[in-house]
Amino acid sequence: MDRIQSPLKFGLVFLLVVAGLGFAVFWGLTSPDLFHALRGRDLNLPPHFVADAGRGERHFWAGGCASCHHSESSEKGQANGNAVFLGGGQRLKTPFGTFIMPNISSHPQDGIGNWSFENFAKAMREGVLPDGRHAFPAFPYTAYQRMTTADLADLFAFLKTLPKVDGRPPAHELAFPFNLRRGVGLWKWLYLDGAPFLPDPAKPDLWNRGAYLVNGLGHCAECHSPRSLAGGIIAGRRFAGGPSPEGGEGRVPNITPHPDGLGRWSLEDIEEFLKTGFTPDFDSAGGSMAEVIKNTARLSDDDRKAIATYLKGLAAIPK
Amino acid sequence: MLFRLFCLVSALFFLSPVSAQTDVIAQRKALMKGVGGATRDPGQMLRGQQAFDLAKVKAALETYADAASKMPALYPAGSETGGETQAAPAIWQKKADFDGKFASFAADAKTALASISDEASFKANFPAVMKNCGGCHETYRAEKK
Repeated sequence: MDRIQSPLKFGLVFLLVVAGLGFAVFWGLTSPDLFHALRGRDLNLPPHFVADAGRGERHFWAGGCASCHHSESSEKGQANGNAVFLGGGQRLKTPFGTFIMPNISSHPQDGIGNWSFENFAKAMREGVLPDGRHAFPAFPYTAYQRMTTADLADLFAFLKTLPKVDGRPPAHELAFPFNLRRGVGLWKWLYLDGAPFLPDPAKPDLWNRGAYLVNGLGHCAECHSPRSLAGGIIAGRRFAGGPSPEGGEGRVPNITPHPDGLGRWSLEDIEEFLKTGFTPDFDSAGGSMAEVIKNTARLSDDDRKAIATYLKGLAAIPK
Repeated sequence: MLFRLFCLVSALFFLSPVSAQTDVIAQRKALMKGVGGATRDPGQMLRGQQAFDLAKVKAALETYADAASKMPALYPAGSETGGETQAAPAIWQKKADFDGKFASFAADAKTALASISDEASFKANFPAVMKNCGGCHETYRAEKK
């Protein structure tokens, strides 16, 4: 008997050990604290820096925060009017399920009113919520991680000035396995590099400003690029457009200078489009881009010129 | 013979609504193209790429008012898809709101027709009319396929 049992016993123990090790590796690799552990957390502000809500408002519109987080009940126009209600509740349909936008108003319990600046920076750069869980990457922290600490502090100061909105929108409606938040940790290994924006000294300031706005706050590539099965942007086709991330048969346009994209648009055409929503043919933007135009219309002329300059300088990629 | 007749009649029965629907889709697309085309002159005037011309501005506003009055009837049930339409499903979910957008577009165009008499009043009043385009496309136009 013993001769038969012991290999069986051994096999069972071996399997348990392997499963346990596998789980430990998964648990370790997906830890929300890993980003911090590997890359540290640089919250240093320039000397004598004082956060300014006025500057923060510029970052707010450049970041398009209201487009996703405005209260579902408030009229879209109202979110872009003087009062900005960020109670969340809008539904973002994706191939992974439906994300329901959280309340980021200054409400202490239902919003981010009780967050510290460190909480905020951690969410924006590491995609980690104050309770230690991963934020789903429908929240574009892969872009926001490029922001400077000073800009984050200004933006945070502005958010604190906005009205408190009661109520927590319901939980996301995601399909298995995407509803396992811990799995986002694996996704981050692939798509969250932790690199802050570094200006290219060989390029003019305007181009660098554009690169910062487009790749950081503006998070343009999030929609204007195709995604892999894992839901990450396909690097070689960044800005070349692709299927609508919100599903359906729609396509998001190519915004590289290729003839399939913005090839025949002048710098002024792009600036004008970001200001008014009208293309060089006097067609007018629809869908999500109409919402984006409400944000870009509030940027300074210089910032729109910077975005246009950067987009014109991208490598041309065909459709 | 009877069978052939039956086939013909049933084919006509099934085909005619389909062709009527692609017809309304073609009609509304043509009207929308007209609105975009009419915006070129005043749009370029606003950007300083063309000299101000009151007659062209009024022609554009009349095109808007005319198209806006005809559009609501061109979205009957059954014309949700086909003909490469970019009409969003929301049109049929919120038809009254959608029709209202055209009513205010027409009203804004008519108000502008009455109030624009020179370049200054054009620059002051025309952009408000143009806001109708994005205001409606945001909810009711889907992305190109």
